[in-house]
Amino acid sequence: MNTAQQFSHAAAAKAADLRHRAIIQKNISSYDSGVARGKDKFADWQNARSRVAAIKWDTINHLDRYLEEFERNVLANGGHVHWAEDAEQARQIVLTLARQHGVRKVVKAKSMTTEEIHLNPALEAAGIQPVETDLGEYICQLRGEPPYHIVTPVMHLSKADIGKLFHERFGTPPDAPAEELTMVARRQLRQDFLTADMGITGANFLIADTGMIALTTNEGNGRLSVSLPRIHVVIAGIEKLIPRLSDLGLFWPVLCTSGTGQALTSYSTLVGGPRRDGEPDGPAEFHVILLDNGRTKLLANPEMRDVLHCIRCGACLNTCPVYKTIGGHTYATTYQGPIGSVLTPRLRGAEEWSHLSFASSLCGSCTDVCPVRIDLHHHLLHNRRDAIAGKLDHPLQRLAFKLWLWVLQSPARYVCAGKLARLGMRLGLGNSFAKPWTATRDLPEPPRQSFRDWWRHQPSPMSTDSGPKTQDSGLPPHHP
Amino acid sequence: MRVGLFIPCFIDQLYPEVGKAMVTVLRRLNITAEFPAEQTCCGQPAFNTGYWPEARELAQRYLKVFAGYDAIVCPSGSCTSMVRNNYPQLLGAATPVTANTFEFSEFLVKKLGVTDVGARFPAKVTYHDSCHSLRELRLKDEPRQLLRHVHGLELIEMDQAETCCGFGGTFSVKLPLVSFAMDEVKIESIQRTGAEYVISADSSCLMQIGGGLRRKKFPIKTISLAEVLAAQ
Repeated sequence: MNTAQQFSHAAAAKAADLRHRAIIQKNISSYDSGVARGKDKFADWQNARSRVAAIKWDTINHLDRYLEEFERNVLANGGHVHWAEDAEQARQIVLTLARQHGVRKVVKAKSMTTEEIHLNPALEAAGIQPVETDLGEYICQLRGEPPYHIVTPVMHLSKADIGKLFHERFGTPPDAPAEELTMVARRQLRQDFLTADMGITGANFLIADTGMIALTTNEGNGRLSVSLPRIHVVIAGIEKLIPRLSDLGLFWPVLCTSGTGQALTSYSTLVGGPRRDGEPDGPAEFHVILLDNGRTKLLANPEMRDVLHCIRCGACLNTCPVYKTIGGHTYATTYQGPIGSVLTPRLRGAEEWSHLSFASSLCGSCTDVCPVRIDLHHHLLHNRRDAIAGKLDHPLQRLAFKLWLWVLQSPARYVCAGKLARLGMRLGLGNSFAKPWTATRDLPEPPRQSFRDWWRHQPSPMSTDSGPKTQDSGLPPHHP
Repeated sequence: MRVGLFIPCFIDQLYPEVGKAMVTVLRRLNITAEFPAEQTCCGQPAFNTGYWPEARELAQRYLKVFAGYDAIVCPSGSCTSMVRNNYPQLLGAATPVTANTFEFSEFLVKKLGVTDVGARFPAKVTYHDSCHSLRELRLKDEPRQLLRHVHGLELIEMDQAETCCGFGGTFSVKLPLVSFAMDEVKIESIQRTGAEYVISADSSCLMQIGGGLRRKKFPIKTISLAEVLAAQ
């Protein structure tokens, strides 16, 4: 099976999984009420969206300038900057640093960018132990599965599922309360923080005018990952820049509100480089790896460029009825949901991934919630257009649309086709021709007469010719 | 005002009552309307599936067929949005024809300033916001203003009024079980209202919702906004 077929099968299976549906509906409905309360705290949420979108637009359209400013400031702070064109280069930079410093254990704060470059398998292959320190990511690592959601990695699990996992792995009582499970993970992770040689994080924002990175966590694992180990390595996409430290005043609450409904997450950390003389903690070395991995292809495309506004808040996933139905793992991508379906064919190739652009009812809810105003559902249409122009469709479908157009270019052919279709439905052929529909849903009763047939039999003033007419209501025409 | 009727192909072929109901209401308001018989389909299935050159040909056809009308009225939010929002992208610019194409409730409330069309429909109903009416045309209140003036009608809002029904055109047959699961979520939300009817401005949504309701043998009926407004 190819990737598209695997997707269709997995999506169909998950769609019928009622337990999955119940867990996701419960978890997302508590997110929804939190976000509604969070947005109410803004004097004008829509205006805040417009403002952050405008700042992001400026950043992305002058990315060359802001990236160089960021690099200058990181260097001035005593840090190092590495430029990685693709995932392989990024992995090699990390592995080289690890070898140079004799690293055996790495603590990681939650980072989708490290998922994107498949860092953990590369570290393990080099004999280095990666430990995920975000509780959700830690659970993913224990289960040996990728994050289900870019913000909420184990949204698909109930508390009972996690209790069972901890019972098997750590011997906690099967019905242990959430607090007890958290304390077990905490005791385990504290040991890892103290014995790790390297901390790896992503960055919620790269700040150009100070060379700092901003981290947002709810467990404090981000700042433990950067302050205890000897080396701190940041891996971030080049689009994560914001121009000024002062922009955080809006970006942080907008990200947190859209991500979880919190005004700010519990821990908001700014990292400004390696430990300086006289400072009590912090790493001896600070490295930032700036990752392209396909992003400059989006940058070069004015129509798609706003996709780089994304701050990875996850709001489009949470509102997406398709995501809620098929779940995060079905996408088989790093980034799921609407943003994943827009990004993945562009970053990883349309040949293998364009099916995701078609896996949407185009309801537009993603575009409505996106805090940085990415035109998500219209970008799905752009992806579809480019996939068809690139001849990635099935030849039969291509032929069908040619035929369809030929029919619709002539009212006579259209009327004839409509009559045949309705006749076919009356004869019960719908069940064979429209099986994907009729397997789960009834077809409507086909009418004997179309609207245009009815109209033709209306009294003559209402005939189908163009030109000013009166009508048969017996009342004078209305001319506002 | 010269008014043209734009009757989308599947309403013409499968739901003619919707078009007739729109004509009934317009007649009641003394609006003279014409039906240019050269019209076929707006091209949305091709556009949404990525076949833009094919869609462009039908867009150009639409512009010719409806040239010269002051207002073009359509009983579908989705097809209206195709013309008004997507044609300019396909054709490079908006034209008077694209700008003057209106969804039926939009035409009544925003263009004519009418909210009471003298309808009577004594029933408990709930209203499904079709995605394209709501998020492409921003019509949230217009259909409700009209419904509030229908005698005997009791509108009970569902908790997921703005959630997609899962139709999505070819999506409904390309990923049929995903589409149907979305339909089920919608139907459960409708059921919780205790309404006898679910109303929408898009018959494609009603085909999806009604198809699920009938298969499950639930007694809730679907009806278009136009038919409710035509009822007396």
